[in-house]
Amino acid sequence: MSTTKIINRCQALFDDLDFTAVGDWKAADSTRKVIGFMPVYVPREIIHAGGMLPVGILGGGDQLEVIHGDAYYQSYICRIPRSTIELGVTGRLDFVDGLLFPSICDVIRNLSGMWKLMFPDVYVRYFDVPQNYDDEIGGNYYVNELQELRSGLENVAGRAITDDDIRRSVAVYNENRRLIRDLYAFRVRSPWKAPSSEVYLLLRAGMVLPVEEHNQMLVDYLAAAESQDRAMRDNCRIVLQGSFCEQPPLNLIKSIELAGCYIVDDDFMLVNRWLFDDIPLDGDPIANLAAAFLHGSRETAAKYQPDGALKGKYLVESVRDNAAEGVIFAAPSFCDPALLDRPMLAKAMTKHNIPYISFKYAENSGQMQPIREQAGTFADSIKLWSDA
Amino acid sequence: MKCFVGIDLGSTTTKAVLLDEERRILGEGITNSQSNYATATKVAKLEALISTRLNLFRRALGLGDEGDAFLDEMVLKFRHEQFLEQLEDLHQTCAKLITAERFPANAAAVRETLDAIFGRLREESAAIFAPGAARRSDFFRDIAGSRFMRIGEEVAAEAGLSYDIFLNLYDKSIIEVENRPPGDNLSTNFQRALDGVIANAPQFNIDADAAKESLASALGIELEEVYTVGTGYGRVTLPFDKDHIRSEILCHGLGAHVMYPETRTVLDIGGQDTKAIQVDEAGIVENFQMNDRCAAGCGRYLGYIADEMNMGLHELGPLAMKATKNVRINSTCTVFAGAELRDRLALGEQREDILAGLHRAIILRAMSIISRSGGIKDQFTFTGGVANNEAAVEALKKVIEENYGKVTININPASIYTGALGAATFAHRALAN
Amino acid sequence: MSADKTPIEVVKEPSMLKQKAMIAENYRKLTGAPETGRKVVSTYVPGNLNELIMCFDMVNNLPEINAIQNGMRQKSRGMIMEAEKMGHSEDVCTYVKADIGMMAKGNIAPNGEPLPAPDLLLLSYTGCFTFMKWFELLRDEYGCETVMLQVPYEGDGKVTENMRNFVVKQLKEEVIPTFERISGVKFDIDRLRENLRRSAAAEDDLVWVLQSAKNRPSPIDAYFGGVFYIGPIFTAFRGTDDAVEYYRLLRQEIEARIANGQGPITPEGDMGSEKYRLVVEGPPNWTSFRDFWKMFYDEGAVVVASTYTKVGGVYDFGFRHDPDHPLESLADYCLGCYTNRNLPQRVEMIENYMSEYEADGFLINSIKSCNSFSAGQLLIMREIEDRTGKPAAFVESDLVDPRYFSKANIKNRLESYFQMIDQKRQGAAAA
Repeated sequence: MSTTKIINRCQALFDDLDFTAVGDWKAADSTRKVIGFMPVYVPREIIHAGGMLPVGILGGGDQLEVIHGDAYYQSYICRIPRSTIELGVTGRLDFVDGLLFPSICDVIRNLSGMWKLMFPDVYVRYFDVPQNYDDEIGGNYYVNELQELRSGLENVAGRAITDDDIRRSVAVYNENRRLIRDLYAFRVRSPWKAPSSEVYLLLRAGMVLPVEEHNQMLVDYLAAAESQDRAMRDNCRIVLQGSFCEQPPLNLIKSIELAGCYIVDDDFMLVNRWLFDDIPLDGDPIANLAAAFLHGSRETAAKYQPDGALKGKYLVESVRDNAAEGVIFAAPSFCDPALLDRPMLAKAMTKHNIPYISFKYAENSGQMQPIREQAGTFADSIKLWSDA
Repeated sequence: MKCFVGIDLGSTTTKAVLLDEERRILGEGITNSQSNYATATKVAKLEALISTRLNLFRRALGLGDEGDAFLDEMVLKFRHEQFLEQLEDLHQTCAKLITAERFPANAAAVRETLDAIFGRLREESAAIFAPGAARRSDFFRDIAGSRFMRIGEEVAAEAGLSYDIFLNLYDKSIIEVENRPPGDNLSTNFQRALDGVIANAPQFNIDADAAKESLASALGIELEEVYTVGTGYGRVTLPFDKDHIRSEILCHGLGAHVMYPETRTVLDIGGQDTKAIQVDEAGIVENFQMNDRCAAGCGRYLGYIADEMNMGLHELGPLAMKATKNVRINSTCTVFAGAELRDRLALGEQREDILAGLHRAIILRAMSIISRSGGIKDQFTFTGGVANNEAAVEALKKVIEENYGKVTININPASIYTGALGAATFAHRALAN
Repeated sequence: MSADKTPIEVVKEPSMLKQKAMIAENYRKLTGAPETGRKVVSTYVPGNLNELIMCFDMVNNLPEINAIQNGMRQKSRGMIMEAEKMGHSEDVCTYVKADIGMMAKGNIAPNGEPLPAPDLLLLSYTGCFTFMKWFELLRDEYGCETVMLQVPYEGDGKVTENMRNFVVKQLKEEVIPTFERISGVKFDIDRLRENLRRSAAAEDDLVWVLQSAKNRPSPIDAYFGGVFYIGPIFTAFRGTDDAVEYYRLLRQEIEARIANGQGPITPEGDMGSEKYRLVVEGPPNWTSFRDFWKMFYDEGAVVVASTYTKVGGVYDFGFRHDPDHPLESLADYCLGCYTNRNLPQRVEMIENYMSEYEADGFLINSIKSCNSFSAGQLLIMREIEDRTGKPAAFVESDLVDPRYFSKANIKNRLESYFQMIDQKRQGAAAA
């Protein structure tokens, strides 16, 4: 299968604001249930273990006309909750039997309660995670939260979710994470062969497809991309740091690339790459999920860094490990966590002589000209600097 | 005759409405708000009185709709008389400024030239008020100002004097004149106007004696202003006590109710703000929402767009109506509007398509304010300056149908008077209670 | 939250003088710490552990209170702009920016003396995500030690055993040991119990005062006046004898007002006759606090209940600090703070206030800085309108950024709102 064919499929899934693929999956069997989740991380393994389909709800992008959603929010609040409400009140999320709101900011937190009031028939859970990474303290708390989640999901599924069910699902998701790691490694090696707009669309497809299908898609894409000849351009290599809860318009990613920057690392849809390593298949699966969260998960603006000296270290390492030449900070407008985090990360960049630029975007940003200009200037300046 | 006055002091125009005891509209008047609310109030009320006298005249003469053309003609004549009166005032005011101290060398020449300018202005004024002549504005300042510039430049050049001298005289005088509304000559001007029509327009076939008698009786009716209510942004500056002030939300809701008693939802998009108002079957406001501190989607936004495109505000709608393609504009932020516009143009989008998208964007923004206030209930009344923009109305109708199905949408040609009508109705109610 | 230097010259009740002295004393302790050698901890109002802090003889510095003080003194604008110059986004919380800007401008306390760098940041992460980033930023500036107390959100509208245990465990194993190490004082649970006992006594009187608004006319304004009444209990005084005394005095004063049939005190003396009783959601604006208040009392509008006065603890539904269960009750206190409650709980609480306090209407002051409060308020408004049938209004401003306070705009909406209530009343009376 060609990359074009695969990406076309992903693009169609991405463009479909009615989630037809999910509706079709559900319609195939009347007992099937769908659990939606918002950014940035939920343990999809437990949903999958209950025979249900986890579906990423990532806002409405730049093609959804938001009317009712705007009625619920003041102008100084970001876009993703408005478009998500618009999707809800226009019936586009009627297939959702449960919706998880991860603990990432006050806006998404409050949206969980709004959803309870607006959609009382849906299982709504605010998914809290520990900001304390001690096994006995934050770990215990998190294990119990996961157990509560598990029992809530059992109610939706109408069946028990056993440890073995979870282990089997962990294995499938380990595979998914492995493939995505491979995809990212492939892009680091040969970014001209895996444009970031394609990588992004592949990840988005994973938000609506069953994971088994997504795994096959990733395998196919990697094979096709590997064998395909594409022209290498004289681009610089950058890390894109966006604390992406609200998603960037696809045009933003394309614009950065067109402006002469290869994106060699990013934090799009962190749920895919939240955990660094495979989760062990033996032992207590819930405890394993918890341990992976505490000791082997990524940093992002919504997560506390207990050691001030380590603030921003992960980004410095990403630049180094991926042979990047600079960082582009692209925060969603009105995103408190991302925008408050940015000065600290920027400081770490300065300390390590890593060039960076910053701008804001919204999921429905229409104009890309300023972004093309900034990214283009950045790319040029990096080249000049490295030539000198 | 007892009458009830409503005054709406808006940020750009001031409106006045007079009601009789049966709550029938006697007269409506409008003027620029200018810098001085007190004058604006006076002028608007005077205008309303003029239209009241005309209505009374119409009633006295027993004219139905067939009398419209006749009355229109008479109004023109009346306006002309009034214009001449103000022009004379302006002339005198300018002339007073020509002193020997100011113009030691050429006071006489300046005076002579000024007289010539005003002579020409008077001469050509009949054409300005001729039937069928297009006027961009009915406000004295607008007409007199633009003509003064043209004629002044010519005449000054002929006289070998600097045009700046006259422009300066004009600038110094116009505010003074504007703040001195024409006052006591209403009756004379009306009579002159009637005489003029009878003499020059035999096609109306009017019984001159009956008409003169009717006019005399209409002018003779004493108008007793029993109660006045003020509203609008400038309302705090009105020299009224609190009982005579109502918020523009309440007045707007009631005004729309009076115009269309089945109205339940009112949308007003003005220059400065957007209001969504829900009213009950008696016109009482049940809920209202206004745009938040962000001015996105107000009439002002269209002003920015017009500036950005180097067009007149009133040209935007007609151009947008020519759109053949849907262009989605996401930003109604006035700050970003220019950038988004240029970006779209750079991408090769057509101006009319972009404009149609912008109009839809404004309407979407208004829809979310309506949604915030409780949605749209039948019937729906649309008011404010943007209600005169056909592209905005078209977008509104479409969006309403998409979201609320079939709804009766009322747009009154006199919707600019909605707030003043509500205020006058409050005045009537205040006394009734 | 403090009356200090905000000129309430008309009437100076003993409680006001008392509070003013308490605040001045705390700032004296803070700015004098370098000489006295006392250790300083910075922490937040919601979920503040004053009783525990007192066990270690440390002085309590609350950055929100500094921001409020700077807001009321018209100093916050310059501080915010300073922080924006340093690279902080115009989009984010102005408490944070005022704090960072204050530091950049020498960290001068309201008494004119420099505030010392804290020895410890106690990140009581309760009901607001921004707190976490705020203290990461402060830690970056001060380079001092930070201890985190994560308070889980009541996502399902209740406190579970797991949540309570988590908080207690953090207190026992992280917070208390850190305090012991920094202060050199050994933790004494009996001392904590004594502090909690005093807290509970003050809380009883506070609740009595807040509930006095059920009277007609209400003897207090539970929002504009309320922010003064909650001052001591929300800040560095809960658990002190001073706070007990303050609330005793306050209660006596309010008792007298009820006996005399008096309405609330305003900055211009007693309010005229009570025309509208309102429930208010959201924090006040501090830079135009008096202008804002005046728009209410000039119209005879009194706030009979507010949610902002519950942000540092919800006491009016029965919770008290409990000396018999010291750590557990600290946990319950943190877990129960207003913005740690989910939206359905907030709606129920407001609905309860609307009926219990016989309110005529509901008003939201939506604050740009505070997503914790603001995100979802428009749904809260809709729910309250539907459930109570009472009219609601919505105005917008900011905490300490004067650029976001439009006096004409807010006044226009409030006037329209009061007239709408009038009109509805007349309509109802006519029917």
